Amino acid sequence: MRALAWHGKHDVRVDTVDDPEIVNPRDCIIKVTATAICGSDLHLYDGYIPTMQAGDILGHEFMGEVVEVGAKSTLKKGQKVVVPFTIACGSCYHCGKHQYSACDNGLPADNQDVAQELYGHPMAGLFGYSHMTGGYAGGQAEYVRVPFSDVGPIVIPDGVDDEKVLFLSDILPTGWMAAENAQIEPGDTVAVWGCGPVGLFAVQSAFLMGAERVIAIDHFPHRLELAKKFGAETINYEESAVYEALMVMTGGIGPDAVIDSVGLEAHGFFVDNVLDQIKASTFLGTDRAHSIRQAIIACRKGGRVSMPAVYGGFIDKFPLGALMEKGLTLKTGQTHVQHYMPALLNAIMEGKIDTTFLISHRMDLEDAPKGYDMFKNNQNEVTKVVLKPGFN
Amino acid sequence: MHDTKPHGDDAPPSTWKKRDAFAESGIPDGKGGSLVARAVTINRPVSEVFAYFRDFTNLPTFMENVERIDILDNKRSHWVVKAPAGKTVEWDAVVIEEASDRLIAWASEPGADVANSGQVEFRDAGARGTVVTATIAYDPPAGIVGKLIAKMFQREPAIQARRDLRRFKQLMETGEIATAAMNRKQHEEELA
Repeated sequence: MRALAWHGKHDVRVDTVDDPEIVNPRDCIIKVTATAICGSDLHLYDGYIPTMQAGDILGHEFMGEVVEVGAKSTLKKGQKVVVPFTIACGSCYHCGKHQYSACDNGLPADNQDVAQELYGHPMAGLFGYSHMTGGYAGGQAEYVRVPFSDVGPIVIPDGVDDEKVLFLSDILPTGWMAAENAQIEPGDTVAVWGCGPVGLFAVQSAFLMGAERVIAIDHFPHRLELAKKFGAETINYEESAVYEALMVMTGGIGPDAVIDSVGLEAHGFFVDNVLDQIKASTFLGTDRAHSIRQAIIACRKGGRVSMPAVYGGFIDKFPLGALMEKGLTLKTGQTHVQHYMPALLNAIMEGKIDTTFLISHRMDLEDAPKGYDMFKNNQNEVTKVVLKPGFN
Repeated sequence: MHDTKPHGDDAPPSTWKKRDAFAESGIPDGKGGSLVARAVTINRPVSEVFAYFRDFTNLPTFMENVERIDILDNKRSHWVVKAPAGKTVEWDAVVIEEASDRLIAWASEPGADVANSGQVEFRDAGARGTVVTATIAYDPPAGIVGKLIAKMFQREPAIQARRDLRRFKQLMETGEIATAAMNRKQHEEELA
């Protein structure tokens, strides 16, 4: 089959590789019909994520048609499914509590050591995202082996356009969980840092959960326009002082809840910022940590901080005092995709959530390297690249 | 396991910083001077977890370096374990203590290539399933035997025990052992 493989920094190629097969009884094989490039894929592209190997197949936002099933899969050939980016077993204690991204069994045993050492516990597996998240081949390919297919993929009704449901795989549930973690109450004002795909879905989700006002913060004009389209007020941090603007806009109270979705595009585990303090201070330690600092400082007393943005290691100058003294609640975590998929599929079908607005570019899988280059170099206009095998 | 605590806390002997933990570990007929303990909670009933483990012919399915276990009689078994260059190390192990759904303790018999002993405890954890705690004593090896044991335990026994217990948990909870292999050929190469 053809698949987008990582070969090194800024070097991704569409290669011909062996087709995947059923290996374990709960597996299925899907023929990919649509797959997206995620902002976090750019960190692989930029060479920031350790434990990558040349030839690794990328992609964790994908969907397709079931073409083969293992003996214990509950899927049927011909079904159209969207696959969660988190690989979770459905059988362990955490899956039982719907904490799917904390699944005990999603990672091969040998791949659990890094997270065990770094975080104290291994987490769920991820598709196409380095060997410390399992080394699973990803979805920017013609075919994918999907483990635990009886609990992961969600079946899509016939006749629904791929583009409407593709983002159930990651960014829509991630934006929704970000808003849920903000514990929004009717009448709340919610501030969202970052208007990437997750931030934009968090804006929509916050309104659906009863927020009266949402204030979106970014510096890309096109992305702020999209937030405005969904009813958000906006702050361009290159043109205005964020804390001061928020204080005036909220009558000196501050937002009731704040959501940091900057750097959210990164699902990665930035071990390099643990191992390399210099890189940490220049890459993760300044800009990215800045948004969480600013969010905590701006949040009203007794308010809620939701942090879908991914942080992998340690950050300097974390305002722990403000968190404590103001009595804030902080909720965070990788997305429990499987938990949110059914309700969000319904919301899409009922027209409550708009997903397709995000897609700026559609390309053939063969053109994926061009897609990476465009996405990296023009984030204002390129909001989402969807790849389709056989599109041309 | 032992009545007196040398320093008054409840931490397991394998985690003690100062004392010679092994002497206090309570492992019957211990072999060797190093001690490692790992615990895992398995979301299945204790009777099921114990029964699977007690059938020693099942162990090679999740202990990746164990090639084969031959049952000699109800207490004794012959272990064949992978070593470098396609070689193997072997020993006879004898069950020296056993309590149904609670405990299995073993020790290698004289003449073992790698002397070892240990115990696996099973504890009903109610809604959480079963807590399985493996405690292994072994001789920190040197020279050629050191190389064998390094291969046998990949890096060190603590890591190997942890990985084997993870695989045991995966098998009991999900019915399979997680792998990123894309196809059966890759999977076979991983297992080889």
